[in-house]
Amino acid sequence: QNDDYRTLSLSAHVGFDSLPDQLIKKSIKQGFSFNVLCIGETGIGKSALINSLFNSNFEDPPSTHFLPSVQLRTQTYELQESDVLLKLTIVNTVGFGDQMNKRDSYQPVVDYIDAQFEAYLQEELKIIRSLFSYQDTRIHVCLYFISPTGRSLKTLDLLTMRSLDSKVNIIPVIGKADSISKTELQEFKSKIMSELVSNGIQIYQFPTDDETVSEINSITNGNLPFAVVGSMEKVNIGNKMVRARQYPWGIVKVENESHCDTVKLRKMLCTNMEDLREKTHAQHYELYRRCRLEEMGFRDIGPETKPVSLQEAYEAKRHKFYLELQRKEEEIKKRFVQRVKEKAAMLKEAEQEVQTKFECLMLIHQEEELKLEEKKKVLEDEIAEFIEKKATAELLQSQAPVSTPIVNLKR
Amino acid sequence: CQLFGYVGIEAVLDQMKIKTMKTGFEFNIMVVGQSGLGKSTMVNTLFKSKVSRKSSQPEQEERIPKTVQLQSITHVIEEKGVKMKLTVTDTPGFGDQINNENCWDPIIKYINEQYERYLREEILITRKRKIPDTRVHGCVYFVPPTGHWLRPLDLEFMRRLSKIVNVVPVIAKADTLTLEERAEFKQRIQEDLKTHAISVYPQEDFDQDPEDRALNDRIREKIPFAVVGADQEHQVNGKRVLGRKTKWGIIEVENPAHCEFPLLRDLLIRSHLQDLKDITHNVHYESYRVRRLNES
Repeated sequence: QNDDYRTLSLSAHVGFDSLPDQLIKKSIKQGFSFNVLCIGETGIGKSALINSLFNSNFEDPPSTHFLPSVQLRTQTYELQESDVLLKLTIVNTVGFGDQMNKRDSYQPVVDYIDAQFEAYLQEELKIIRSLFSYQDTRIHVCLYFISPTGRSLKTLDLLTMRSLDSKVNIIPVIGKADSISKTELQEFKSKIMSELVSNGIQIYQFPTDDETVSEINSITNGNLPFAVVGSMEKVNIGNKMVRARQYPWGIVKVENESHCDTVKLRKMLCTNMEDLREKTHAQHYELYRRCRLEEMGFRDIGPETKPVSLQEAYEAKRHKFYLELQRKEEEIKKRFVQRVKEKAAMLKEAEQEVQTKFECLMLIHQEEELKLEEKKKVLEDEIAEFIEKKATAELLQSQAPVSTPIVNLKR
Repeated sequence: CQLFGYVGIEAVLDQMKIKTMKTGFEFNIMVVGQSGLGKSTMVNTLFKSKVSRKSSQPEQEERIPKTVQLQSITHVIEEKGVKMKLTVTDTPGFGDQINNENCWDPIIKYINEQYERYLREEILITRKRKIPDTRVHGCVYFVPPTGHWLRPLDLEFMRRLSKIVNVVPVIAKADTLTLEERAEFKQRIQEDLKTHAISVYPQEDFDQDPEDRALNDRIREKIPFAVVGADQEHQVNGKRVLGRKTKWGIIEVENPAHCEFPLLRDLLIRSHLQDLKDITHNVHYESYRVRRLNES
């Protein structure tokens, strides 16, 4: 597009050559984030490699072989080197390749990657959004660990990489490469690369369009995959503590480029970090977004109907959201009605119980009352009888002489 | 976390530099003010080239238009490997009519159209790798050097536009004011802006940290800059300088003792150019997007 516009010549220093520096200053303030996904079987040396790559001691307890399914474990670290603050997130697959049936091994990984894209997409589609301060969790690079069998790729490797190559930048590495000899290694590398090509798997190619790095990048591209060795321990060599693996027959130095490719991998990751991030955003994320939006029913209609499309797109989303809300409301209402019914039934039962008790008590009460009535009657009869007797006795007394003692009747 | 040795993470800075130099930058600036205030000359002085093809004697065709029109010119300029696509939008006819009510409407419409264009591109399913950015990153508003107060037109314009774009007010043709008059004028303008709650660039709300705030406070003390524009060179003390030659002396444009042009240039280009773009993208564009999406 620059060709359409007239190029002006400047007569003096204007000063906008400071623009890249202004941009860098801002980026430094914001900080950088880099998310690495490590896929590989248990025990293939993922944690050791990460520690060696970033020259640290990240805490990562070893995991068991007996997990029923593949899980992903995420850990975030903040690294600082001179001015640069890097927020490094390492996602490890746990239990990969351990199951008897590995058919669904790669699905959790695909789901995880998609979930990060989805989160970003959701933020991007929001009305009030804050993309500027969004913590990017999308995976920028995937280190795929190949077993150092020396033969060829496993079916699991091919299946996994094929399902991931359009979603993430894949860099294949041969783990525990110190178990392969130099000659075997070269053959192994060529075999792996030709298998990848014949299976149509797109791995990450280091960019060769910029002269400063094109040469070294194209050499590296020809030397893939990286044969790496990692170590958590340090060995005293000379007078320094060096990361190495000590065997009876010798010491494998992790940082020695003739022993393994770990340092090469580190250099490549650091010098191409920006390109990895950009490809993730501009290529993989865009592809995900496009598929997802088309899935949701959005289309780019022709230019004349674009205003409608924009409105339609958001109307459709709003409508969907509204339907969702309605559905939830219905659900809540149903649940509420259900609860009320249950409570009512409970109360009714209780009421029944109380009623029965009441009736029972009433019966008892009535019976008692009857009994009392009878007793009362009996007593009354006795009293009547007694009064009669008294009357008769008085009558007799009035007729008889006074000498007979009057018996005082107890009242 | 502790790094036990050198890793090489800082290489990411160089990569960023290389990447941005390859893709180049876009910068869109708008100049607003009555005719004759030296807007075109100012743009030429800022970018040290004939960005604007206006001559000092207006030709027959360059009559003052009946309504505000907007003219955009785009050029590509390069300095030390950094390529910039510069678009300058001029607004002839602003404030020149008898009745200037609503003369800001075409300007607001233009600014919103650029936001709309960007939004449409952003919404597409299959979208471009780099969305072409025609949004106005900064609007330089030329205040006539009356020395008194801001006029109703100035206040109305700045009030409305500072809500949708970064507004940088400047006192135009400041060579007609003495230094004391300039200071007083500035003081009154600052009070006016505060009274009417007009927030011009750099806006206080967007200071990110104490360091930013301190730097921007120093700039805010001097806003609006009293500027003089010139595109002719003269000989002063054996040096060639840009300036205006008058009978009573040569006004050197780049001399901080004469006028504040260097401050304006530094703000717009040397220190805050990226910030102008960021605020346009993260604040003004986002609020346009929110308004637009809420209305449908």
